[in-house]
Amino acid sequence: MTTHLEFAPLERGMSRTTNRVLLVIGAVGVVAILYRFLFGLGAATNLSNQYPWGVWKAISVAAAVALATGGFTMAALVHVFHRRAYEPLARLALLIGVLGYTFGAASLAVDIGRYYNIWHPAWPTMWQGNSVLFEVAMCIMSYLMILYVEFTPVICERYAGRVALPGGLARWNGAVEALLRAAERLTGRVLSVLLLVGIVLSCMHHSSLGALMLVAPHKMHPFWYTPVLPLLFLLSVLAAGFAVVILVSILTARGAGRRPDLPALSSLSLYVLVFLAVYLVARISDLLIREVHLHLTAGGVEPLWLLIELLPGGLLPLLLLGSARVRNTPALLGWACGLVGFGVLMNRVNVFVVAYRSAYAATRYTPGVFELLTIAGMLAIFTIAFRYAVATLPILPKTAETLSMVSDTADEGAGEPGDAAPEGVRECAHA
Amino acid sequence: MNRRQFLGWGCLGAAAPLAGGRAAASEASGAASDNARGVLVDTTECVGCRKCEWACNREHHLTDEPLESYEDTSVFEQARRMDTAAYTVVNRFDNARNPERPIFMKVQCMHCVKPACVSACLVGALRKQDAGAVTYEGWKCIGCRYCMVACPFEVPAYEYDNALTPLVRKCSLCFERTQREGESPACVAMCPPMALTFGRRSDLLALAREKIAAHPDRYIDHVYGEHEAGGTSWLYLAERSFATLGFPTIGDAPVQELAETIQHSVFKFGLPPLMVLGALGLFMKAFDEAGKDAVRKPAASGEESAV
Ligand code: SF4
Ligand code: SF4
Ligand code: SF4
Repeated sequence: MTTHLEFAPLERGMSRTTNRVLLVIGAVGVVAILYRFLFGLGAATNLSNQYPWGVWKAISVAAAVALATGGFTMAALVHVFHRRAYEPLARLALLIGVLGYTFGAASLAVDIGRYYNIWHPAWPTMWQGNSVLFEVAMCIMSYLMILYVEFTPVICERYAGRVALPGGLARWNGAVEALLRAAERLTGRVLSVLLLVGIVLSCMHHSSLGALMLVAPHKMHPFWYTPVLPLLFLLSVLAAGFAVVILVSILTARGAGRRPDLPALSSLSLYVLVFLAVYLVARISDLLIREVHLHLTAGGVEPLWLLIELLPGGLLPLLLLGSARVRNTPALLGWACGLVGFGVLMNRVNVFVVAYRSAYAATRYTPGVFELLTIAGMLAIFTIAFRYAVATLPILPKTAETLSMVSDTADEGAGEPGDAAPEGVRECAHA
Repeated sequence: MNRRQFLGWGCLGAAAPLAGGRAAASEASGAASDNARGVLVDTTECVGCRKCEWACNREHHLTDEPLESYEDTSVFEQARRMDTAAYTVVNRFDNARNPERPIFMKVQCMHCVKPACVSACLVGALRKQDAGAVTYEGWKCIGCRYCMVACPFEVPAYEYDNALTPLVRKCSLCFERTQREGESPACVAMCPPMALTFGRRSDLLALAREKIAAHPDRYIDHVYGEHEAGGTSWLYLAERSFATLGFPTIGDAPVQELAETIQHSVFKFGLPPLMVLGALGLFMKAFDEAGKDAVRKPAASGEESAV
């Protein structure tokens, strides 16, 4: 498994019923997105002059990239620290990164008013180095490019030597072939450097994402306004990234009728446990040092949101992962990792939406129906992309132990890239 | 967060890079230039005629309505904020000491000396001019609305209903108009009781101090905007505390200071990222050599320690 590790597309496709459901949700999302582009942000969102940022920024951008961190943490683990045992998971993690970050970038284009100017931050005459958002934009853009380069060998491996375009396009076969070979050679040469740059860029933009709301001290609830917010963001994604990889891996195995790679997953979950513990210690001691835990009894909605973030999204999975039985039972492990992702998702919602208070608006922002439909639709579309990718590209390790006896008609989920909704885990509970 | 709590983090090593970046942050934002001009609002003189609103709207092509339509005082029943169709609004506050004379507060962009919106804008669409005004170039704007998140006075408004070419809208301190010699902003020129005075910020501050000294019973001893959020070009005098007049209570530091400081200490010259890069490279090599033998053994990954 270590020296002769090979990857292969799944031999059998995934459940059609699930695909159809996803397509319907995706289609609804496309309509919602069209509505936004035709009628503007005012019609499609509940944003206002007092509440300029909503769930698209919090969930579709900030949380999506946080949950897709597995791409870089796994790269560090496997290629920098040479933990070969995790190599079977490396491409899955990379795919989560590619899809999650693309999801974030696409969502950003939906959210900003002048989407056709999205390239402006990259144009040197418009650089504005004092802006935290500039730093975030530059790092995410470059990291996305690096993810694509990292992913190129996977595509080359699949198609190089067997390009067969349909019909009239066939005459381009030679050219595409040459292109793939060139890409393979080129990426092979720069890959290890790019891997390292990608890791640095990731650390930079995750901490900068945490610095974004530090510009608004008067509008932020003290639960979520702390000078160490950048550090907390970085620590939280270390845990969340691996957790999402584990969850998606379990769901994918289930959907593909395979046995999850439990030894690798349960030992990876120890990293989640450790990073989550470090994050929670930092998070909670920050609350105590700043004495803001006193606000817990102050009323309002904030204490409730904080507790949702910290109890089911923090301490509960910490306890669960602390148990060897949980770590060695796929269904329980999936649940625990799902909760870790849920906690980080809630944290981003809290930081970017719940904590933000306008002094002048009579009512608080709550997301509009188009905002939520857009998120659901995009999620469905990216889940379809994920299922398609594992079915056609060499993402998962080649394995002899494919459980062919699992019925072809069974309806199984295949994991949700960039998201760790705990609902999705229910399916693997029957495993 | 206060200073004590902030320093409390020293033990976690967070304060060291923050302190290092302090110089960088202030250098980036610049201090009030000598030419910087602003407006002093003596709210005790304001009669709530809303003529400034009309003048501003007409100057910026936001209205065709006649001046008389602005005599309608029913708008005062609700507190208003600036929006895309009004860069300035006047609000009325009850005056317990003198019920016959309510207090009127004109609000608009404060044209901060160290504007948070300018610091926030990732493409430099917002700019602090030497003359004091904070101006906006719509063609650069990507519509991220981070400037709105950053502004401590909640000033910038967004054209949410424009699907294709939405702009950020706010008072420009009539930048183009005031570039012409002897011209003051439209609202100032229109104000009948001279509640608004346009001039060099330093002169306005001196004038405000004189007024307070001459009429200590008429004004509280506070020029709003002298220090708030690092100082603003619009300065206010009032007869009672600004917190009761719809103005936010804001410290003297520019709100973006912490974010900018972190940003600059972590990224100045790209040195820290490069160091991390180097360290990772070394790890990569070291672990590669150390792991050569281990790799050949079949990995009993379940047993492998995570720490
Ligand atoms: S008041 Fe707000 S919009 Fe105006 S200059 Fe200051 S930060 Fe910018
Ligand atoms: S909305 Fe426009 S002006 Fe405001 S920060 Fe974004 S790019 Fe700059
Ligand atoms: S300075 Fe000009 S833009 Fe600003 S409120 Fe007055 S008239 Fe309007």
